[in-house]
This record gives sequence, structure tokens and C-alpha cells, in this order.
Amino acid sequence: MDFLRQTLVIARKDLRAELRTKEAINAALAFSIVILVLFSFAFDPGEQETVEMSGGLLWIVFAFAGTLVLNRSFAREVPNDCLDALVAAPISGAALFLGKALANFVLVIAVELVSLPVFGIFYNVHWTGQIWSLLLVLALGTWGLTVIGTIFSALTVNIRLRELMAPLLVYPMLIPALMSAMKLTMDLIAGKPLGGEDEVWLRLLVAFDVIFTALSLVLLETVLVG
Amino acid sequence: MREKLIYGLGAIAAVLLARDLYSIFMQLPDEASQGMIYRIIFFHVPAAITAMLCAAVTCITSVTYLLTRNLKFDAISVAVTEVGLAFLAANLVTGSIWGRIIWGIWWTWDARLTSALVCWLLYAGYLMLRRAIEEPTARARISAVFNIFAFVDVPIVIFSIKWWRTQHPQPVFWGGGSIDPAMYLTAVLNLVALILLAVVLSLIRLRQEEVQREIDSIRRYAHAV
Repeated sequence: MDFLRQTLVIARKDLRAELRTKEAINAALAFSIVILVLFSFAFDPGEQETVEMSGGLLWIVFAFAGTLVLNRSFAREVPNDCLDALVAAPISGAALFLGKALANFVLVIAVELVSLPVFGIFYNVHWTGQIWSLLLVLALGTWGLTVIGTIFSALTVNIRLRELMAPLLVYPMLIPALMSAMKLTMDLIAGKPLGGEDEVWLRLLVAFDVIFTALSLVLLETVLVG
Repeated sequence: MREKLIYGLGAIAAVLLARDLYSIFMQLPDEASQGMIYRIIFFHVPAAITAMLCAAVTCITSVTYLLTRNLKFDAISVAVTEVGLAFLAANLVTGSIWGRIIWGIWWTWDARLTSALVCWLLYAGYLMLRRAIEEPTARARISAVFNIFAFVDVPIVIFSIKWWRTQHPQPVFWGGGSIDPAMYLTAVLNLVALILLAVVLSLIRLRQEEVQREIDSIRRYAHAV
């Protein structure tokens, strides 16, 4: 029970800090809209093409905007030695990781839920046909993104060129999760229900989430404390 | 002792390579449907297997480092990763040349090609990450964690990309293909030769790494004095 309480304390702390400054979330929102606008200039797609590229487009936007939030997750604790305080606090590394991941998940999902309707409007796509399945895929894909982003934010917190290194390491690692999220999102926006041949992709996404969540929970303490 | 091992294994690898090259170019006939170019497979496949073995070894040494905190295992990890990356690069380049001749294209986003490239990117990221961290124990710890993440990601990448359409030929050596015994023998011997070569290169790279560390510690000592 203690573990859950500690996790929620960390998550609440992070969310409160972010909502007071709104630094990362504003940047991520603005960035996602800018990419959506840029893509529409770059490709000028027809109706059928838009549906076909929707999965790829959306997840590139989510992954790029998401890393803006995720990269800062541990870096924001460095000024005023907050990171040392967090490490010294009587909570386990796993609770710290899970709390931060939960807060990041809420922030990234919020950015996505704003950019999804913007995408629908700008690209004139009816994306609500399979909305519940789409939300499920969104949640699973975002959790994978969040877990990898959060643990890598911890890995790179004290290194030179942090802003450059983190995305360089995160994106190749995310490829399986992004691929399945893109495929599923494309099919759902096209109006196909979940299931059939898409099921393997759903399973892959869940497996990715489970494996990397477990690995991160085990290894976070090693990363931060040594 | 290690000196002798390097020279000994190097000599065996050289003899084997000479024997294989002679066999590949002088003895074995052209393949029925592909002609001359099929010979690249004697390096393409063993290089891939060697690179995979290197990845497995570095994962084990990274875990061992985290358990024992002995910097020797970190030195082995970096030496073997660099050598493995070189073999994977050889695999990608030879595959690309073969693809140009047989498929008419240098590259295609096929399952195996993509997953090999992603592996290459992940381990190149490992080496770049190391360069960004100054302090030796932090570098060892953080890169060991990254190495474990990369090694866990590799099979997921391979599985996921397999469901994408595949253009790569099915395995010839192990898994359903049929091959002439003489070709099979040369392929296996070349695999042994490349693995020996990888061991020799890793040992040489390991020695460089150890010398480097010793210089660093002497330098720190000099600064302290």
C-alpha cells in the first residue's frame, strides 16, 4: 500500500509542478500543431491518402512532441539539487519511476487528445469511427513511449549533450512500439474494427509495454543511485 | 599469456581464412541460379552470426558488471560491442552488394534488413552514449543499463518487423534449405574463422581499453600530486 501511496505522491508532485509552469506541455502542444501544419504543406494528400498516412503521421507527431515532455522529466530535478533529495527520500526507485511515468503519461496523453481533433479538422478526416479502440491503442502506445522516455531521461540526466543524446537513443528503441501503434491507428481511422490480423500488433504493443515497464522498474535504482 | 593467445588464435584464423578463400574462389563452382555473386554468402551469413554472438556476450558482460561492479567487464563490453558493430556493418554492406546484383536495388525495407539496421543504430547509440559520459563508473553503469535495454529490444524488433512483408531469402544453412556439403563445410569453417577473428580483435581492443584506463588513472594521480 505504501508503494502505491509513494507512487501517487511523486505523480501528483510532478503534475502540480508542470501545471504551475506549463513549460513542457505548452511547448509540446505548440510543437505538435506546427508539425501537423508542416506535414499538410509537405504532402498535400487526398482523402484516401490521408487515411493511409494517418497512423504514421500521428505517431511521429506524438513521439516528437512526447519527447519534449519526457526529456525534461528528470532534468527538471537537477536545479536546486531536487534529484539528490528524491534519491535520498525513503521511497524505492521503482515507486519514483512509476510516479514519474504516470505523471508523464497524463501529460503526453493530454497533448495527444488535443492534437487528435486538430488533425481531424486540418486533414478533414473522420477519425471517431472506432473511438474506443482508438483510445485503447493511444493509451498502450503512449505508455510504451512514456516508459522508454522516462527511463532514458534518467539515463541521460547527468551527461553532456543531453538534449541530443536522449532522442537519438529513444527512437530506435521505440521502433517496435511505434510500428504497431501506427499500423493499428491507421486501420482504426480507416474504420476497421480491432481484431483479425491486427491482433498480433495489439499483442506486440502490450508485450512491449509489459517488458519495458518491468525492466525499468528493476533498473531505475541502478541508473540513479549506482 | 594473453599475447600468446592473440597470436595463436590470429594464426589459426589466418590459416582458416586462407583455406576458405582458396576454396571459395578456386574450388567451388558458380551457383546454378545466381552465378558468381553467391560467394558473398560465405561472409554475409557468418558475419551476421558473429555480430549476434557479440551482442549476446556484451549483454552478459553488462549484467555481470552491474552485479560485480568490476570495471573489467565494462572494458570487455565496449571492446566486444565495437567489434560486433564492425561485423554487423560488414553484414549490411555485403548484403547490400548482393541485393544490387540479384534484386537490382541496394536497399529495401525488408524485415531482416530493417532489423539489422535498427540493431546497428542501437549499438552505435551505445558507443555514442559512452562518449558523452566522463566519469568511468557512471559511464560503465549507465552504458551497461542501456546495453541490456538494447539487447532486450532486438528480438522484439526482429519479431515485429517479420510481420511486415519479407523479401529476404529464407535461411539456406539451418532451417529447411538444402546446400551442397562442400559449400556447407566452407561456410562453417568461415564462420569459425570469423569468430576467431572477432575474438582476436576484441582482445586487442580490450588491451587498448586497459592501457587507456591506466593512462587516465596515472593522469589523475599526477593532477592530484
